[in-house]
Amino acid sequence: MASTLLEERAAALPAAASLTPSPRRRARRAGVVAPWWFVAPAVAIYVFIVVVPSTRGAFFSFTDWNGLAGDWSWVGFENFADVFTDRAAQAALWNTLVLAVLCTVIQNAIGLALAVGLHTMVKSRYILRVVFFAPVVLTPLVSGYVWSYLLSPNGTVNEVLRGLGLGFLAQDWLGDPQYALYSVVAAVVWQFAGYSMVIFLAGLQAVPEEILEAATIDGAGPWRRFWSVTFPLLNGAVVINVMLSLIGGLKQFDQVVAMTGGGPGTATETISTLIYKNAFLLGEYPFSVALAVVMTILIAGLSAIQYRLTLRKAS
Amino acid sequence: MQTRYTGLTLVREIVLIGVAVVWFIPILALVNVSLKPSNSQTNALTFAWPPTFENYGRAWEEASLGAALMNSTIVAVVSIAFIVAISALASYPLARVTRAWSRWTFYGLLGGLLIPAQLALLPLYSTMRDIGLLGSLWSVILINIGTAMPFSIFLYTTFMRDLPLDYEEAALLDGCGPVRSFLSVVFPLVRPATGTVIILNLVGIWNEFFTPLLYLSGSGNATAPVAIYSFVSQYVTVWPLVFAGLVISVIPILAVYFSLQKYVIKGFAGGLKG
Repeated sequence: MASTLLEERAAALPAAASLTPSPRRRARRAGVVAPWWFVAPAVAIYVFIVVVPSTRGAFFSFTDWNGLAGDWSWVGFENFADVFTDRAAQAALWNTLVLAVLCTVIQNAIGLALAVGLHTMVKSRYILRVVFFAPVVLTPLVSGYVWSYLLSPNGTVNEVLRGLGLGFLAQDWLGDPQYALYSVVAAVVWQFAGYSMVIFLAGLQAVPEEILEAATIDGAGPWRRFWSVTFPLLNGAVVINVMLSLIGGLKQFDQVVAMTGGGPGTATETISTLIYKNAFLLGEYPFSVALAVVMTILIAGLSAIQYRLTLRKAS
Repeated sequence: MQTRYTGLTLVREIVLIGVAVVWFIPILALVNVSLKPSNSQTNALTFAWPPTFENYGRAWEEASLGAALMNSTIVAVVSIAFIVAISALASYPLARVTRAWSRWTFYGLLGGLLIPAQLALLPLYSTMRDIGLLGSLWSVILINIGTAMPFSIFLYTTFMRDLPLDYEEAALLDGCGPVRSFLSVVFPLVRPATGTVIILNLVGIWNEFFTPLLYLSGSGNATAPVAIYSFVSQYVTVWPLVFAGLVISVIPILAVYFSLQKYVIKGFAGGLKG
């Protein structure tokens, strides 16, 4: 989670980086000193924990290093060929993309609807905001377990369906490969829709009143006002939300482990669960590292697209 | 934003409250089921009455939750103390120095935003084993600090760039050295950024599962999610017992949330303004 805000902050980066604020130029003139060695501890730990291991990981993805012994030999793209031909890995890549895209669309649609509803005079808006955001701080592993209970064959969801006379809709939500992935999507959406809502609410608060009033005077109805005036101004919130949920979806691990463990079969296997299984249960270390590199490329690619979008917005 | 409470607003209110009730069911079910006798087969929507706390004692014992909560607390507090100190300190020259090295260090750190932890965690595993930190809380603490650097430094640096220089100049005139002026002038001024850094990292670190699962499982040093994971695989169908364990593990983070909800929500939404 902590890493999620990064991407969000990075969205604001072009604006922050492009201005050389005058205080800094004045800093030198005034003799204000910020010694270079202040950055040393941060850089040291960052290099040790992030830079070096990631570089080694990328390097080892082209070797047959088993994670233990010191000897390894160069195998070129063999591990990547394995990743793209392996049945389980293909399933995991596909599932992860489906999960990330579905979560992004549904979570943000719900988040936007809730934000628009709460950005009105409803008396309970503050307490409702707290309720909808509560799942965001809940441990994802825990919410996964709760959902696996709610979605079990005789669980609450099926009970409610039967109670409503919709018994024919009851399913073995997590045991049926047809529905398992969608069930995970539902749990993830429930957990994070409140996050999207909060970001959209912040965006809505930044929409100037005058523009909306002008649109009203010009005879635009509420529907028209929303789609032609408000929504285009939410561009920044949309970009941030889409990025956050896409990247979160690509890394999905906790809920899947709690709800299905990747099953039934490979129906809910994700890139992260497969990395874990191959490295720590099967000892297929090179395969795991190659998968992690594929994941990094996906995430970096998305971030690059987002950066371009944000730049376009800024200009 | 309209200013009058109309009939339409009332309809909205009713619909939203309805959705909120449904939204809260999983959390209510979690607490409700945990208060039932462990052999209870009733569904989550039947109220647990009279409530029983027998599951809590058992879950506490069987999952060693006391130790796990202690470990989670140590990991969170120590990680966050270091994250705040190291990233605030590093951000000062990054915000104030206009030289190329400062700019490139900043970009280099931001590059960390693109790298998922999964890539670094596998090679780090062998390093941690070689230096004997595997299974120790320090391995997870170090990883937390390293992975939190990019975001925390980004937050502090953008915040410090907007600080007026006058305070530092005044400190300089009063004869403060850079360290003194950072500690007594700059750091107190960036308190809002510190609050956001603490909140976001606290939620992230408390709930984290992937890293502690890799580095702590089987070591007797499990954090709450890892302890819960092995507990659930043992008692998978005894839901009331399992749920009591789950509730215990999330009480601290939910307590923080409900008592500081305004700040928590603001911290999460704060990314918008850059």
